[in-house]
Amino acid sequence: MATATHNAWKLFKTAPPTAWFGLIVVSIYVIVALLAPFFAPYGETEIVDVAGLGVGDSEKFLLGTDHIGRDVLSRIIYGARNTVGIAFVTTLVTFLIGAVAGLLAAVLGGWVDQILSRIVDTLMAIPPLIFALLILTIVGTSVLNMIIVIAILDSTRVFRLARAVGMNVVVMDYVEVAKLRGEGLWWIIRYEVLPNISAPLAAEFGLRFCFVFLFIASLSFLGLGLQPPTADWGSMVREMSTLITFGLPTPLFPAAAVALLTVSVNFVVDWFLHKTSGLKT
Amino acid sequence: MSDRSQSGAGESHGAQGDILLRMKGLRIEGRADEQWLEIVHGVDLTLRRGEVLGLIGESGAGKSTIGLAAMGYARDGCRISGGEIWFDGVDLAKASDATKRKLRGSRIAYVAQSAAAAFNPAHRLIDQYCEAPVLHGVLSRHDAEAAAKDLYARLHLPQPETIGFRYPHQVSGGQLQRMMTAMAMSCRPDLIVFDEPTTALDVTTQIEVMAAIKDIVRQFNTAAIYVTHDLAVVAQMADRIMVMRYGDLVEEGETRAMLDHPKQEYTGQLLAVRELAKEEAKRPEGATPVLAVRNVSAAYGKVPVLFDVSFDVPKKRTVAVVGESGSGKSTTARVITGLLPPSEGHIEFNGEPLPADYRQRPKDHLRRMQMIYQMPDTALNPKQRIRDVIGRPLSFYLGLQGKQKEARIRDLLALIELEPDDYIDRLATELSGGQKQRICIARALAAEPEVILCDEVTSALDQLVAEGILRLLIRLQDEFDLSYMFITHDLATVKAIADEVVVMQNGRVVEAGPKGEMFQPPHHDYTDLLLSSVPEMDPDWLDRLLAERGEQLRDRGI
Amino acid sequence: MSAILKMISQRLALGLLTLWVVTIIIFMAVELLPGDFAEALLGQAATEETVAAIRRELGLDQPAFTRYFLWLGDVLQGDFGRSLASDRLISELVGPRVYNTLFLAAYAAVIAVPVALTLGVLAALYRNSLYDRSVNVGALAAISSPEFFAAYILVYFFAVQNAWFPAIARVSETTGFGARLEMLFLPAVTLTLVTMAHMMRMTRAAIINLMASPYIEMARLKGVPRGRIITKHALPNALSPIINVVALNLAYLIVGVVVVEVVFAYPGLGQLLVDSVAKRDMPVVQASCLVFAVTYILLNLLADILSILSNPRLLHPR
Repeated sequence: MATATHNAWKLFKTAPPTAWFGLIVVSIYVIVALLAPFFAPYGETEIVDVAGLGVGDSEKFLLGTDHIGRDVLSRIIYGARNTVGIAFVTTLVTFLIGAVAGLLAAVLGGWVDQILSRIVDTLMAIPPLIFALLILTIVGTSVLNMIIVIAILDSTRVFRLARAVGMNVVVMDYVEVAKLRGEGLWWIIRYEVLPNISAPLAAEFGLRFCFVFLFIASLSFLGLGLQPPTADWGSMVREMSTLITFGLPTPLFPAAAVALLTVSVNFVVDWFLHKTSGLKT
Repeated sequence: MSDRSQSGAGESHGAQGDILLRMKGLRIEGRADEQWLEIVHGVDLTLRRGEVLGLIGESGAGKSTIGLAAMGYARDGCRISGGEIWFDGVDLAKASDATKRKLRGSRIAYVAQSAAAAFNPAHRLIDQYCEAPVLHGVLSRHDAEAAAKDLYARLHLPQPETIGFRYPHQVSGGQLQRMMTAMAMSCRPDLIVFDEPTTALDVTTQIEVMAAIKDIVRQFNTAAIYVTHDLAVVAQMADRIMVMRYGDLVEEGETRAMLDHPKQEYTGQLLAVRELAKEEAKRPEGATPVLAVRNVSAAYGKVPVLFDVSFDVPKKRTVAVVGESGSGKSTTARVITGLLPPSEGHIEFNGEPLPADYRQRPKDHLRRMQMIYQMPDTALNPKQRIRDVIGRPLSFYLGLQGKQKEARIRDLLALIELEPDDYIDRLATELSGGQKQRICIARALAAEPEVILCDEVTSALDQLVAEGILRLLIRLQDEFDLSYMFITHDLATVKAIADEVVVMQNGRVVEAGPKGEMFQPPHHDYTDLLLSSVPEMDPDWLDRLLAERGEQLRDRGI
Repeated sequence: MSAILKMISQRLALGLLTLWVVTIIIFMAVELLPGDFAEALLGQAATEETVAAIRRELGLDQPAFTRYFLWLGDVLQGDFGRSLASDRLISELVGPRVYNTLFLAAYAAVIAVPVALTLGVLAALYRNSLYDRSVNVGALAAISSPEFFAAYILVYFFAVQNAWFPAIARVSETTGFGARLEMLFLPAVTLTLVTMAHMMRMTRAAIINLMASPYIEMARLKGVPRGRIITKHALPNALSPIINVVALNLAYLIVGVVVVEVVFAYPGLGQLLVDSVAKRDMPVVQASCLVFAVTYILLNLLADILSILSNPRLLHPR
């Protein structure tokens, strides 16, 4: 295992500055999200100063307070937990649905592939944000509903990728060898296909996370995602948006928190893709 | 700059003219894993006007790279790192892009391996022909078109007046390769670099292209560098041959002299490669064949590909199934393995009919018939260690575990002549092509099969490596009483390994019989064409053959 | 030509089928509402009579199958019914907003497409140069930013700190063309930033992919100058992927306007949709979704057909 660590280190050493930046930022986000109460100076929904201070007006509130006097920094820190956590869970569900269905379609082929692919084609023909809005109108806006709706809609993209890379492996002679040996479906997926597509799937996980994360932030911003008083970056921007017309940059902070994380994940994924597949993106 | 005149003056002899191209200490580097590695280590090369130089070697010898360097060109990820390339008073290694651009296409031209990929799909063939002469100011568009039609006619292309107005995908592979030769000729260059121009073609098509190239190069007294891995091909084309290995020159000499008396051992091995021949064993009387194909017809979807195919594979014998691409030989293997259930007919195994679909065959039947593939790269899972590749059939079929399994894996590795300690924990990606193919053989042997289907198992390998694989297969057959069904397009391979031969064309068996009979006339017309098209080492072979075939070839109008 | 006609008609048929399925999905959306739609609508005021009246008025007493075709027939004639919230005719409500949304999208596209294609081609030509790397990092950053971040940054710096452009785009039917362009400048730039990055990256990838093909190497070995290689040899083959990239992003533009419209309080279809979702004004949501979905599907359809038409292998069959 010493060689594995050594290799990993060698890999990191050749990473470009953007990838390093990404890795460090992502780690900070994870730590902050996990230990939010430890870092946050105030409570998530604690109203500390009704006056509504601007940035730098008080040493007590580094990023100022919001329209009803809650500390913005504390809410951004708690928001990491809520926003990132929910996006992560949603991405996991997305992946579970998309990858399993995509691999089954690739390996089984025939009518299973036909049916799944047609369903996915139809789902993908409708713009996802519009579809999500339509469904959320029907089922109502709640965190659980949002996770399920986004996971189903976005799993179509994972399905497409998993199916495509899976197909590339399935046509390989070594898979035919396994089939002709009499191996079962599970064995073929687990030992022949999966190890050969783990790199693109891992990269796709990063990209899907970015997409889901931005999607949730947008929904929250539109007032249809996480509901107040939960601290969430998208809805924070929405709630505080009027402050900007008074010349206060406060709404930009949670928005920047969203952008910084996506940029970082994208940097890491970009480097990873470049490394593993020689893809010149 | 006086280099050319100096070297050209004293050395010219015979019908050949001045020195046209001279490389001195050429070094080329390739980029791998973020660092530059030298792949051509200081090669000297001289070419006179009108001379054809054959560059021969196995993969990785650097022959194509040198061919391209003759145009001052290095592919992406390669660079010319040292030496001089003098072409008519210009050092292409140092010349500006503009200088090189003026020479390329007009005075030095290139013919690529795959014509289908090297023609731009968006333009008509004649437009691509005319591009260089018009661009370099050699001919007007009108004259270039007329010249194109004339050249198409000289290359025996059908409908020379109109064929140029087609798009590349509307023309067959052999024709396209001749069109590309015509395109290279368009400015009447002094030098043409041919980069494996016939490697992607079937033998019968290869002959036509070789004949066309030889003819046209002679007519215009064009010098050529002919890059190939096939010594028999280069023997027909070249006046002089340079044998390359690992980016170094092994031997250089006049074609005849080198073929008759190779100086280096490596050259000798290359020459001997087609001489491997197994003695034919007669079919045992009255015994049930281990495998029998009975009146099989099959189709991909609605397209029928096999028509009433029947033949036997006797016990402990090798049956070679021969044919060109599209003859249905690989499809036959798919039917036998049960991947493609036939529309009519069936397969018998030791006299018993087999279920058509492999999923219905019992595990023990699957075990007794194994397959080895053409591309060892795609036949081995790149993420598995050799231990697992060979170990899986051992535990799956024979239930071996732990120490027993390990010992058996080591035995098998020793059997295929790979040192067990060195190889057992490697990944497939850490092996060479020949080693990978050996692992595939070990995997097939691990199942303790009775019959092995070999689908073009040597055609992706270099000739010397391929010969090693053939010898191994012959040895294993004797040791384990194996039967082989050996699919190939290469008749030298047939000579090397077969006891019986089945010739296929367009999904039908055209002729079948013991090897001795098959290599003796009289034959079915197609068998005859196929057999006579295989290049021989004799430099006069092509000329003689063309004279024999005479008008017959032109009448076929390919 | 028959092969290509066949492919196009197949693609058209598939597009129509998708459209039809989408109408079913959108119609079914109402059916799937938990509980009775009429009851949900009336809330506290639900009595047996009022519910029955509403049900009759909405035709809810007929089977779903019949109602679907009645609804589809109305929709095809441009009749979406009335808004539950404002009781106005939906066609009147939606019409001007569709115009506004398309105007903004077109505005953004006019800026984004040429700039993105130029940047992309240049990045591909000067691959791995400093220019390429910085454009790439910039593009990644732009892709990663949520629309509202880009929008508020622009608002903060160009509308609040410096009052160069208006922070809200409250256009009306009487707003002149010039005034519209000025009001919509920041929204259009926001959309441009977000889509341009994607278009540029995809153009770059398509060109790089193409420049590695043997026929480009052949052209170089024929002594063809660099500029001519791009225009004569690469571009004819790059058309198909580039058309695809542009169409996909135009489709995205039209859908992506939703967030931007909300930020700039622009009276477009997206804002209407978001408001109606919040009010659960189902008929309006249906109508807006349908318009968005149809535009999206048609643009994708157009992209596919154009890329079939620009493929020489299909244009000139054997």
